[in-house]
Amino acid sequence: MMTTMIAARLAPQGAAPGRVGAVIGRNLGALRSGPSYWLVLLSGFFEPLLYLLSIGVGVGALVGELTVAGRALSYAAYVAPAMLAVSAMTGALAETTFNFFHKMKYQKVFDAMLATPVRPLELALGELGWAMIRGSLYTAVFLLIMVGLGLAEPLWALAAFPATVLVGVAFGACGMAVSTLMRGWQDFDLITTGQFALFLFSGTFSPVGDYPAAVQVLVQVTPLYHAIELVRGLCIGDAHLGLLGHAAYLCAMAAAGLWFAARRLQRRLCV
Amino acid sequence: MSQLPLIHARGLVKRFGDFTAVDGIDVSVAPGESFGFLGPNGAGKSSTMRMISCVSLPTAGELRILGMDPAREGTRIRARLGVCPQLDNLDFDLSVRENLTTYARYFGIGRRQARARAEELLEFVQLADRAGGKVEPLSGGMKRRLTIARAMVNDPDIILLDEPTTGLDPQARHLLWERLFQLKRRGTTLVLTTHYMDEAEQLCDRLVVMDGGRIVAEGSPRSLIQTYSTPEVVELRFGDERPADVAGKLAGAGERIDPLPDRLLVYAADGDAAVAEVHRRGLTPSSVLVRRSTLEDVFLHLTGRTLVD
Amino acid sequence: MAQLTAQVSARSTLAVLERGLTLYRRLWAASALSTFLLPVLFLISIGMGVGGYVGEVGGVDYLSWIVPGVLASTAFQMAVGECTYFVLGDFKWSRAYHAMAATPVQPGDMVCGWLAYVVIRVEIAVVVFLAVTSLFGALRSPWAVLTPLVCALVALASAAPTMAFAASIDHDSYFALLFRFVMIPASLFSGVFFPVEQLPALVRPLAYLSPLWHGVELDRAATLGAAPPWPVAAHLACLLAFAAAGTLWAFRAFRKRLQD
Repeated sequence: MMTTMIAARLAPQGAAPGRVGAVIGRNLGALRSGPSYWLVLLSGFFEPLLYLLSIGVGVGALVGELTVAGRALSYAAYVAPAMLAVSAMTGALAETTFNFFHKMKYQKVFDAMLATPVRPLELALGELGWAMIRGSLYTAVFLLIMVGLGLAEPLWALAAFPATVLVGVAFGACGMAVSTLMRGWQDFDLITTGQFALFLFSGTFSPVGDYPAAVQVLVQVTPLYHAIELVRGLCIGDAHLGLLGHAAYLCAMAAAGLWFAARRLQRRLCV
Repeated sequence: MSQLPLIHARGLVKRFGDFTAVDGIDVSVAPGESFGFLGPNGAGKSSTMRMISCVSLPTAGELRILGMDPAREGTRIRARLGVCPQLDNLDFDLSVRENLTTYARYFGIGRRQARARAEELLEFVQLADRAGGKVEPLSGGMKRRLTIARAMVNDPDIILLDEPTTGLDPQARHLLWERLFQLKRRGTTLVLTTHYMDEAEQLCDRLVVMDGGRIVAEGSPRSLIQTYSTPEVVELRFGDERPADVAGKLAGAGERIDPLPDRLLVYAADGDAAVAEVHRRGLTPSSVLVRRSTLEDVFLHLTGRTLVD
Repeated sequence: MAQLTAQVSARSTLAVLERGLTLYRRLWAASALSTFLLPVLFLISIGMGVGGYVGEVGGVDYLSWIVPGVLASTAFQMAVGECTYFVLGDFKWSRAYHAMAATPVQPGDMVCGWLAYVVIRVEIAVVVFLAVTSLFGALRSPWAVLTPLVCALVALASAAPTMAFAASIDHDSYFALLFRFVMIPASLFSGVFFPVEQLPALVRPLAYLSPLWHGVELDRAATLGAAPPWPVAAHLACLLAFAAAGTLWAFRAFRKRLQD
């Protein structure tokens, strides 16, 4: 909804939902034609759960409780929302960086698509939409698991779901934008490293407040921090105005990423 | 033949499950010879080549390469072969030169010697100016020339080329033929497969025609044409009439009449005389072409099909 | 054994290794960040960040406790990573193995040459990591100098079966399954982050099946100067068994794929 509005602003002619849908349909078809489709899809649920069990429960047994916003939380309840946000980020980035780049450069899928009435922005929206559909499935299941393990209240989990979608859109749009700048696979090492560094220092495993002041400021500029704060705030039922600020950051990120990606695709593919 | 054959096959068979790709062929290639397998796609040429290059073992039959048995001495045989496969398998992550030096090391060639050999070969295939560059941006013809240079890196006794010019544009093909001709003149033994008759005529001293896994004819291009065709062929096209309908009216106009879907072939010793006969019978073809007989005609005669459809 | 040695020649193995190193010379700068920086960042975030809340494990601070785990885990993940897309790609996309098969290089040489390359890459990363962690004061015993050897074994024990797997599949989406069902669970539950004794008794034997766990325990014994849970010989035997079985499987998989 929000992305379509942004899209309408960006392209004077707007984006035709039918053609965006066709781009999504292509991805669904490609996934289904690959081997062991269900296994691959299913295994996506598995990964964040393993992290939750290992870090949240395993390391959690060593840590005990943490105090966040004045209340005591089990370490698992502290880590789980962060895992959720990270999973929304990595899911969106995997689809919009590795897979996107492969399709753009090697499979020449986009050249073929843009030879039809599909426009670059529709392509970008379709690819992002696809990443969202896949990612949302995973986050929804993860939220159910959290509720099942008593790590989140059902209503708060429901409130956290749209937040995870927003996280996915924001990272997905930026992932696509970065992909259009890539020269080759070697550049992906940078993305992976950057992504991992965010994962380690965005308050995922321990409160950002523990870091030296300068590092804190640095972390607060980066996107995953805002994603985790927003999702964690909702999951643990700590609603406050600051959450709106985090959400605004992510919205701006989504709009900028989408705008840039569509512009670059236009230049790169429509010459 | 005074010398022992480099390649000797008797009743050679290759099966993949129920499918018989090569169905009992006999082949013998002498040193210095340039030998070809001509046939359409699926005739069993590539399977035969892979057995000769000792990367695939025969299902049955006898095969000796350089006097050795591929099943027991594959490594020693491969050390003396140069292989240019149908699909280029160059290393895209290495530079043009590194593709040659790295490959040379697989043959146990010393580093310095590998480097010298690479320079020499790049010169030969006219890629010296691309030596430090990447492989990916090379044109199809350049890549194929690089693959051929790579096949020569161990100074092989035999060079095996599987469809060396398939997929190349005419100019690239002629450049490649010219290089291969140079090799042939130096006395290198060449074995190649092709489905282009002009390529076979250009490069092969002797060839076998394959169809459905079997050898259907063997000889020099000249002798094959003499045996299975006439010196000249007349190609006739008729506006609306189907060639098959016209064929009946032409009986005896040449030694043989072959109606194809789009044209009619009249095989004759003297093409002009045959054309005169066609006109005498009151036929008015929309186009007439008198040409020399080619291997394509041989193939058509032997199998009833064209080589490239 | 005699049959096995007939499938490998030192000269050809060296040539295959050289190809790997030539490739690495081209790629090392691009992979330098993830090779050298990530393990260190990891230590800072988990070891120091989370460690601040953990206190002591097994009588030492959490950072010193996880350093050997992260060390073995780096070797493990790198070894698996180097043997997935590269190996499948050399069969499927670049067909480099097919090019080698037309030369005197045998399937056994291809396997051993690449394994040697993987071990060298792992050793470079491991030694750099060790140097950095010694600055953090996380190495408590001189036995720590043996950890690169343990990591080489971990690399062989995990790289060899991964190569065999990569040579047996025809589509890269199977790697997603390998990562999610084998590599990530192994990394998370092999005693890197918390002692395997914390695992439910039913699941614990699975950790014993992971070559990483044996590597973690040996590395930890070495950096802390304490005895591992099993006799050293038993841990070593497990790693060697993995490496040997994996190598044989890889020989077979390579030979099968290059035939016909």
